[in-house]
Amino acid sequence: MYYFGDPTIWLPFVFAGLMGVSILIYVVLDGFDLGVGVLFPFANDDEKDRMIASIGPFWDANETWLVLAVGLLLVAFPSAHGAILTALYLPVAIMLIGLILRGVAFEFRAKAPAPHKHLWNNAFFIGSLMTSLSQGFMLGMYVMGLEWTWINFGFALLTAVFLTVGYSFIGATWVIHKTSDALQIKAVDWAKGGIWGLILGIGAISLATPFVSTRIFDKWFSFPEALYLSPLPILSGLLVYWLWSMLQKMPFAGDRRSWQPFAAATALWVMAFGGMAYSFYPYVVPEQITIYEAASAPESLFIILIGTCVVLPTIMGYTVLSYFIFRGKATELRYD
Amino acid sequence: MELETLLLSRIQFAANISFHILFPTITIALGWVLLFFKLRYNRTGEERWMEAYRFWVKIFALSFAMGVVSGITMSFQFGTNWPGFMEKVGNIAGPLLAYEIMTAFFLEAVFLGIMLFGFSRVPNWVHTLATFLVAFGTMMSAFWIIVLNSWMHTPQGFEMIDGVAHATDWSAIIFNPSMPYRFTHMVLASFLTVSFLIAGVSAFRWLIGGRTEGVRVAMKSAIIAAALLIPVQILVGDFHGLNTKEYQPAKVAAMEGNWETGTGVPLILFAIPDEEARENKFEIGIPKLASFILTHDWNGEVQGLNDFVTEDGDVLHPRVSPVFWSFRVMVGSGLLMLLVSWTATYMILRRKRGIEGLPKPMLYGLVGMSFSGWLATLAGWYTTEIGRQPWLVQGVMTTKEAVADVPAPLVLGTLIAYLAVYAALLAAYIFVIFYLARKTARGEEIGTRIAPTPAPSPNAMPAE
Repeated sequence: MYYFGDPTIWLPFVFAGLMGVSILIYVVLDGFDLGVGVLFPFANDDEKDRMIASIGPFWDANETWLVLAVGLLLVAFPSAHGAILTALYLPVAIMLIGLILRGVAFEFRAKAPAPHKHLWNNAFFIGSLMTSLSQGFMLGMYVMGLEWTWINFGFALLTAVFLTVGYSFIGATWVIHKTSDALQIKAVDWAKGGIWGLILGIGAISLATPFVSTRIFDKWFSFPEALYLSPLPILSGLLVYWLWSMLQKMPFAGDRRSWQPFAAATALWVMAFGGMAYSFYPYVVPEQITIYEAASAPESLFIILIGTCVVLPTIMGYTVLSYFIFRGKATELRYD
Repeated sequence: MELETLLLSRIQFAANISFHILFPTITIALGWVLLFFKLRYNRTGEERWMEAYRFWVKIFALSFAMGVVSGITMSFQFGTNWPGFMEKVGNIAGPLLAYEIMTAFFLEAVFLGIMLFGFSRVPNWVHTLATFLVAFGTMMSAFWIIVLNSWMHTPQGFEMIDGVAHATDWSAIIFNPSMPYRFTHMVLASFLTVSFLIAGVSAFRWLIGGRTEGVRVAMKSAIIAAALLIPVQILVGDFHGLNTKEYQPAKVAAMEGNWETGTGVPLILFAIPDEEARENKFEIGIPKLASFILTHDWNGEVQGLNDFVTEDGDVLHPRVSPVFWSFRVMVGSGLLMLLVSWTATYMILRRKRGIEGLPKPMLYGLVGMSFSGWLATLAGWYTTEIGRQPWLVQGVMTTKEAVADVPAPLVLGTLIAYLAVYAALLAAYIFVIFYLARKTARGEEIGTRIAPTPAPSPNAMPAE
């Protein structure tokens, strides 16, 4: 426990890192399958089936990253878990009902009688929409410091819309990668139509964050700290430009580069998240509780860490394996 | 106001966890049953085992999805409604929950994709291995969560520093006194639930004309498994009860409806417990039997509920009627399961007639018993969980200390929304199971197709 100095310092830091990684993996992975759900009304029945097939083998595992992220918050930073979730009581409830709806709709739409199928398609869309909107809303409230004022509420509504459109964008890039022909062309259009959500979302949060606290403002705009942060907006800008010009020309002959929009979207996600994490550190509840104050006892964290060191690489390994086994274009999803 | 929030939060948590437990109860055992079908197929090469596998793997997928989504709800509810719990005992509950999530949840979720959709994409042994890992993962998931739950009933291996629990001995925490009993009891409950579900749905398919070999082997295996397991379960339940008497005597007193400590206490079959007067109305009992069951001595002393009221008048035992009644529902449905499974087994084995030996009333009876395992399991959990009240962690913290100060109308509003969603989903779940059964009975292929084959493209998978 004392390998890296004081365990009350390095253990909370490690767990904050693990939690951050889980949240990041979650918003990328479940981001694309939520996005596919949000795009459902724009697809015809045949395309819906193929879109479902493109996320079929993955969504269960994708959603468990949320359980891991919230689980880590719960076990490593119990008081922060309580403070954040009681403040976000209503959006959490809406998100949970949304997650339930879309999760079960996924199974039911394949098994229920044909006349009921459109009902479950709608449930899948509504569930995905509820989940995306409430996650965006929670993101906005979190950035603004979890205070229920009208301004914060309005800002959170904006981020709710932006994140939902952002999810639909990353969902569209996933569909570009996993499908072909007419649906792929349609997905390119969806991606072109959705990229603004991502840009505005990142923009709004970047604008708001430094003005919520002078501490973050100093971190951003004082010299030399400003230098550390400057690669993020520059790189993001270049990526957006590259994405935009690539989407104008897609799809390429022979399906070349079909994976690149998704990869670029992921890179944007990572940078936006990195910027946020850098700004809010060391606070887990913005400007109220630091990770060091909220952390569980070092003995307990250490026990969890041992398990994590064994389990996390394994999980990552077989996540990659599962994506490898189901690589390529989404084919008919058969239970055999 | 505060009391309303407490009561509503309790009802909300109870609703969520009751809905959730229905599905793990099915998947814990069904995973192993699927592995059994798969191994039989690997061994014999007989198509009927694969037919059974293909039908029940769909029910597994459906139950699994219901379990995952309702499980996510639980991990949030600790924070939204019960922040005090983790603040006080988070150092112990945290690692146990973490292990549950890490070792189990992922093992299930990742290999589930291969188990469900990978049969033609991976070698047969990988598919069998995936089936095993899913079954094993589900079981480990149950293990860790039962460890935590048991610790809340019989806490040990910790010390309190400044009002916060700190772990001192992890093996004492994991192997706490009630864990082995509770875990065995729950796993057996799961196997019985699945046995009756398979027997019931197979009987339904048989009745409407789906008399395939796959239905035959599934029904026969299920009935015989139920007949073998139910006496074991009754025995384990008895041991569990004795363990509870040692560590949580107030719960046993409530289960028995026994107000006064005494010797030669009767076993009460029926009564209406009156919480105000602290006595039973309309009591019907068998003399001295409770003493005999609990102490194995006709004149043994059994503690009564009145011992758990402090001099200040604080009541440190649960409300009696819910515990008293749910215990009777559990025992009653257990005895009914014993009766039905033994009679059915006798009919099957008599002159080796097999499934043909089951008369129509028995088949209808089995259909009616399809969800009897759910009833017994829920009743059992109500007995043990309500029986722990007013404690959240026995002797360490009360439920009231843990509740969040959320406005009651907000809790009520979300509770109504949850209940509406759960009711609709439960109806849809049961409907779809019987719909799939009807569809297969008509000889149609079910649910193998989720999406049509797309036009060939340069990147298409070479497999298949």
